[in-house]
Amino acid sequence: MGLFILRRLGVMLLTALCLTFIVFWLTNLAPNLEKLAKTQGNARMSDEAVVSWLENRGYSQALPVKYGQWLGVLPGYVIEGTDGEVRARCQIPGEPVEDAATFCGILQGDWGYSTVFKDEVGTIVATRLGLTGKLMFWVMMVMVPGALIIGVLAGMREGSRTDRSLSTVSIVSTATPEYVSGVVFISVFATATFGMQWFKGTATSAMDDATFENFFLPVMTIALYGMGYIARMTRASMTEVMTAQYIRTARLKGVSFPKIVLKHALRNALIAPFTVIMLQFPWLLNGVVIVETLFNYKGFGWVLVQAAGNNDIELLLGVSIVSVFVVLITQLISDIGYVFLNPRIRIS
Amino acid sequence: MEALTWTGSLGGYLNPVLMVLLALLAIAVVAQFVLGFFAAPMTLQSNPDGTLEARGGALGMAETGVKWTFLASLAVVIGYIVVPLVMPYGAAGIIGEMSKRFLPVWIALIALFAVSIYYKRRLGLYGKLFDSTIGMIGFALVMFWVFTALFVGLFDMILTHDYLTQVSGLKNKVPGVPVPEGTEGAIPHYLLGGDNLARDIFSRVVTGSVFVIAIAPLATIFAFMVGITLGLPAGFYGGKLDTVLSFVANLILAFPVILLFYLLVTPEIVLTGIPSYMAAFLFVFPLIFFGVLLNSRYYTQPAKRNAIMIPVLGILAWLYVSVINQPGTVIDFIGRPVQPLYFMPINWLSNLTITLPAWFDLFDITILVVFVSVVFVNAPTVFRIVRGLTLDLRTRDYVAAAQTRGEGAWYIMLWEILPNARGPLIVDFCLRIGYTTILLGTLGFFGLGLSSESPDWGSTINEGRKLLLIYAHPALPPAVALLSLVLGLNLLADGLREESLKD
Repeated sequence: MGLFILRRLGVMLLTALCLTFIVFWLTNLAPNLEKLAKTQGNARMSDEAVVSWLENRGYSQALPVKYGQWLGVLPGYVIEGTDGEVRARCQIPGEPVEDAATFCGILQGDWGYSTVFKDEVGTIVATRLGLTGKLMFWVMMVMVPGALIIGVLAGMREGSRTDRSLSTVSIVSTATPEYVSGVVFISVFATATFGMQWFKGTATSAMDDATFENFFLPVMTIALYGMGYIARMTRASMTEVMTAQYIRTARLKGVSFPKIVLKHALRNALIAPFTVIMLQFPWLLNGVVIVETLFNYKGFGWVLVQAAGNNDIELLLGVSIVSVFVVLITQLISDIGYVFLNPRIRIS
Repeated sequence: MEALTWTGSLGGYLNPVLMVLLALLAIAVVAQFVLGFFAAPMTLQSNPDGTLEARGGALGMAETGVKWTFLASLAVVIGYIVVPLVMPYGAAGIIGEMSKRFLPVWIALIALFAVSIYYKRRLGLYGKLFDSTIGMIGFALVMFWVFTALFVGLFDMILTHDYLTQVSGLKNKVPGVPVPEGTEGAIPHYLLGGDNLARDIFSRVVTGSVFVIAIAPLATIFAFMVGITLGLPAGFYGGKLDTVLSFVANLILAFPVILLFYLLVTPEIVLTGIPSYMAAFLFVFPLIFFGVLLNSRYYTQPAKRNAIMIPVLGILAWLYVSVINQPGTVIDFIGRPVQPLYFMPINWLSNLTITLPAWFDLFDITILVVFVSVVFVNAPTVFRIVRGLTLDLRTRDYVAAAQTRGEGAWYIMLWEILPNARGPLIVDFCLRIGYTTILLGTLGFFGLGLSSESPDWGSTINEGRKLLLIYAHPALPPAVALLSLVLGLNLLADGLREESLKD
């Protein structure tokens, strides 16, 4: 078990390094840097001005060097620019260059500086993640119990009418991407078109004070898309368990049906959905980006859109690190959890 | 011209009936659902004396009630579609007029279903689809959009106005609004209203289907080619090859899709030529696939192999060059001298230059970057599925038999394992087209890679959502259209899965 986790951690680290390097490379391509220079400096810069702007700020160094500096394994640059000003990577704004540290990268806990928000990437990511965490918490609170109930009800009697109707419901929910359900929800429940103006169409106010009125629609929008998938997996696992020998034995002994479902079947049927729920996190991230854009909720997904749209390199890298780690850690938890929950593997 | 109402004069008769029926249906469904928890698991059963016995009591009544109210509501809904076909223009309201516009689609659908159901015993898996209600509903939804796309794309039939023309005064107008006198168009109304640039929403949605129906299946096919060509050897050989390929696939899968799109589908990235190189890499896989497929089968008969392979690969290579060649990007060699064999040691060969004439470039995909990124995102998942199936199937007896016969590895992979993996692959293909549709919609929703004038559903939803709280009608039709297509594909996949599991 220990070796297994160590190996998984090693692969995870390698994956994270590769992915951040790809993001780094894509954001540091020449046209992207030119765009950055023009948005940060002056939109009508000449080509020479762009080149010197980039050189003065260390963007013209070789890609591996820049990546090493960002990572914190190479010393940050100190460049005396063509305009006579000395700039250092690790310089804290407003303090002299001489005080700058030699190394400043992810490993030193320095995530860099966002060019769009004019703030430390670390603080931006932390605050926005908190907001998205709130959203995700409620999504999970709605999605997981809902999906499990639907799946168990559908799977306990395979082929029955309840099964058929609930399976169709879960197919419909997997066929509704967030931008469709969000638009439908807003136009039905937040505008006067259908006379059911029960909720608010934006969630901006929910950032400080989440109420049922302003938070219900975004939560439902994300939960709905994932719910169908988890419900189908739960149903599949439940039907499999219900055909097992020990269930038949219990039935022949005369145990009542509700008792069989709750005491005998449920525990084994919930092993597979657990891994599926964990693997849903990366998909939820997609949903979060769409829903936060649609409902104007300024969380992590909204920051991703802002950073990518403005080629804010360090913020984008911070965002991708967090999202990549979310993906990899949930994969790890799902693997370990599967081993832990499944007695056949755990005991052997 | 007066504005159209939703159901016109027909609504006077049908609307109250439908309301009552739907209310009854809802009551019956709830009753059945609640009662279902207390009843014994028994449905229709045949007794030894040859009689049939249905479930009686309250649950039985609720079940019968659901059945009949559902059928009656369905009949009323069909009435909304069929009756207007014989009514004069405008009498049957917006729904009636839309039904008339879709007349060619209805005819094509009925013809297709009639022929398919008549011959269903001879049509294999496709025919079996018509045994499952879910599968038939899904197939009907999918074919509805396929026929719509065909009629719009090839014959300009269904749409009522030009999808780009802006008519002054119709900005954000509600559905059924009459257009001013003298406006070009098949009918004098905007059936689903105008969007915030005063264009006809109905025509835009209908035209958007062409984009989806053209791109989504094609991109999925390419993703399958890549996934199959790499997944088969990874699963068959295992070892280092498998480790490396799986690592790369997991790497791509660990990327949040939206982040990847935001990084790849930007004008700046198009400038660097990365999408062109990716296209050159990804689109070579069909060539490899068909080359290996045919060679592994016919290499013992060189004459026959050459006769089959040269035309097939020639056409594919031509298509390949046409697709990856884009004027104004890094891969643009039409009309320029190229030395295809300059690395050859023989002097005259290495100096051979060819200039490809302009007609050689069959078509330009203006949204190559969208296409490439969608293929790129889908391919790793297909790879994982094919790899898993191969791992399972390679231990089968027929594989051992083929190995004993002395067949080559590629023959076994492509002609023994792949045909036996077709069931899950076909089901996944349907699901994946739906997922690709969702991805294309996502790209449109974020305005990535597609021009804002593009009529595709994602872009139209994106246009509509900006004023969603004030005008809800522009964003709803494309949303419903996308939902119905994806739902159709999912139901179709479900029906196919059910039917293929039966035998």
